[in-house]
Amino acid sequence: MAYQNIFNQVQLRGELEPGVPHGAGNDPRIGPFGFNYVLGKIGGAQLGPVYLGTLGLAALICGAISIVIMGMNMLASVDYSPIQFVRQFFWLALEPPPAKYGLRILPPLNEGGWWLISGFFLTASILLWWARTYRRAIQLGMGTHVAWAFASAIWLYLVLGFIRPIAMGSWSEAVPFGIFPHLDWTAAFSIRYGNLFYNPFHALSIVFLYGSVLLFAMHGGTILAVGRYGGEREIEQIYDRGTASERAALFWRWTMGWNATMESIHRWAWWFAVLTTLTGGIGILLTGTVVDNWYLWAVEHHFALGYPSTGVVDPATLPGAPQ
Amino acid sequence: MIGKIASLALIVPALLLSGCEVGTKYVEQVGPRGSGTNLVADKSSSPKVGEVPPPPYELTAEALTGERASAAYQNVQVLGHLSAEEFNYTMAALTNWVSPDDGTVKNGGCNYCHNPENMASDEIYTKVVARKMLQMTQAINSQWRPHFQASLNGPNAGVTCWTCHRGKPVPAYNWSAAADKGGPITGKKYGQNTPNMISTAYSSLPYDSFSSYLAVPGKGSENIRVGSESAYPTKHVVSINQTEKTYGLMMHMSNSLNVNCAYCHNAQAFGNWKESRTQRVSAWYGIRMVRDANHNYITALGDVWPANRRGPQGDPLKINCTTCHQNINKPLGGYPMLKDYPGLKAPGPVTIAAAAPAPAAVPAVAGAAPAAVPAVGPVASAAADPVG
Repeated sequence: MAYQNIFNQVQLRGELEPGVPHGAGNDPRIGPFGFNYVLGKIGGAQLGPVYLGTLGLAALICGAISIVIMGMNMLASVDYSPIQFVRQFFWLALEPPPAKYGLRILPPLNEGGWWLISGFFLTASILLWWARTYRRAIQLGMGTHVAWAFASAIWLYLVLGFIRPIAMGSWSEAVPFGIFPHLDWTAAFSIRYGNLFYNPFHALSIVFLYGSVLLFAMHGGTILAVGRYGGEREIEQIYDRGTASERAALFWRWTMGWNATMESIHRWAWWFAVLTTLTGGIGILLTGTVVDNWYLWAVEHHFALGYPSTGVVDPATLPGAPQ
Repeated sequence: MIGKIASLALIVPALLLSGCEVGTKYVEQVGPRGSGTNLVADKSSSPKVGEVPPPPYELTAEALTGERASAAYQNVQVLGHLSAEEFNYTMAALTNWVSPDDGTVKNGGCNYCHNPENMASDEIYTKVVARKMLQMTQAINSQWRPHFQASLNGPNAGVTCWTCHRGKPVPAYNWSAAADKGGPITGKKYGQNTPNMISTAYSSLPYDSFSSYLAVPGKGSENIRVGSESAYPTKHVVSINQTEKTYGLMMHMSNSLNVNCAYCHNAQAFGNWKESRTQRVSAWYGIRMVRDANHNYITALGDVWPANRRGPQGDPLKINCTTCHQNINKPLGGYPMLKDYPGLKAPGPVTIAAAAPAPAAVPAVAGAAPAAVPAVGPVASAAADPVG
């Protein structure tokens, strides 16, 4: 049972590791702060050092401004009652401007103005954080794969809150900030546009989302299963026979007839994750701008399943019907 | 350590599931295979069907004959075509339904509406309201038959005062226009994002969709239909917020009938009538019926309503689906209560003289049927036929 683990069995203690030296033009790092037992159960036990830098600091400040604006608006909506704020938190929201303001840059603050300001700072924060992930990767001599995967998620975020509202000519098309309100928005969006399940890009997005989950489970399960042979030290083992790496590959070749490689499995996972939000964003952008009713669109393109008619007639079309 | 993990494994799922309904779910397929058109019910947590009070006494065939109430009493404007005895019977039932004198209602009994010194007087406002409500009940039972089309009760399907009132002067479930209180931003929710069981079933959807959809008949109400009838963009511009308002109304209907979407719709395409169930047609007429009742009867009473019968915006307390249904798809479990109260089935001949053969029908049927209780049935169908 020793290797069938959920939590790390071994925690390292010793000198705190300060990390590799910086190149010129970098800020000093903050920390390291020490070891933490709980963190060590699920990951590295050492906390810090963290690189904050100009971009990180700017991102945190913008993010804080955005969150405070959202929180204060929600607090104001319950008469500044902390108890009601906690009680109703999942229902509270900062809503985008009503449709009558179109794309006005700054409608009245209490009618979506705060939403635009908060959205501006949230977007600034996210973009600054993206630049930070990009620059840190370069500084470490890494590729920029993480930054580009993050960019794919940002694409979906921007489509929902910025690009599509502009294409539709109204900020009111955007998503409210709030837990249940953004979920109700999602359901209403599908209802308004005739069932989003008939949007092929939505379907692709779901394929990649569920595919990501499947790949994650396969890869995570495989590596844990060969942990008893040191399987997590993947790269060292690729060329040798009888290693954890070879067993992991053989397991899939025996069960599926084919295996990914230690390197390609990560490309699979990366593309599935990236394509989830990339295709999702395309699907959202087409909704309302190019297609107004996905169900009727699917009927037109012969992939909506036709059910037998129940014989019900729209009563509004009957002569003499009340209106 | 293992003990800790084991207790966590018990506690965490228990906490996560604490909001779920325990109990067997009954699933009934009501649509094509694979369409998910299934009714899901948790019978253990379903509301109990309300009790129906028995009639005050037996309404014999003999009681239907004799002097008319309009001749026996003064100022009988709505039920004057009934016999004096049926009139008294109806009044006794009505008192029991709306303002019983069993101590549950302050000043309950006849005097809730009547001046005991002069029963004909309209000086107490509740009498004026009661008259209008009788007209509303008759209108619902005669002009809104399509709402009851799915009922198995035939001509006895319909409402009485009890359907809504349940022994209270003001029905427990009512609505009035919501007030957005506070200053420019303090306390403002813009009509949504508030946990509310009756109007949105605890969603964050707009909670005052009633003002938009149930207050006024015809073009005075906003269009509930938000979906486009074309695959591609047209001049049909409906915002997400407008959609959320429709969605809120639908959640109200779902909650007030204790049914899921599939009770009326095929979720493949909510707007598609060809794949909808007939219940959707009943609901369509129900929405129009509620608008009619709210506008032409309740709001039409205008200044008759005192301040304590109005909402924060000054409009009177009005009805929605829950007022009658009270979380059951058939109010009162579908009990054909109306069979015992033929006077409530349709307006009397005074109001619609040309269309009603009732004066001829009543004596004829009463003479033909000697048994007391069955006589009520034929009278009822005779009265209901001209309008059905």
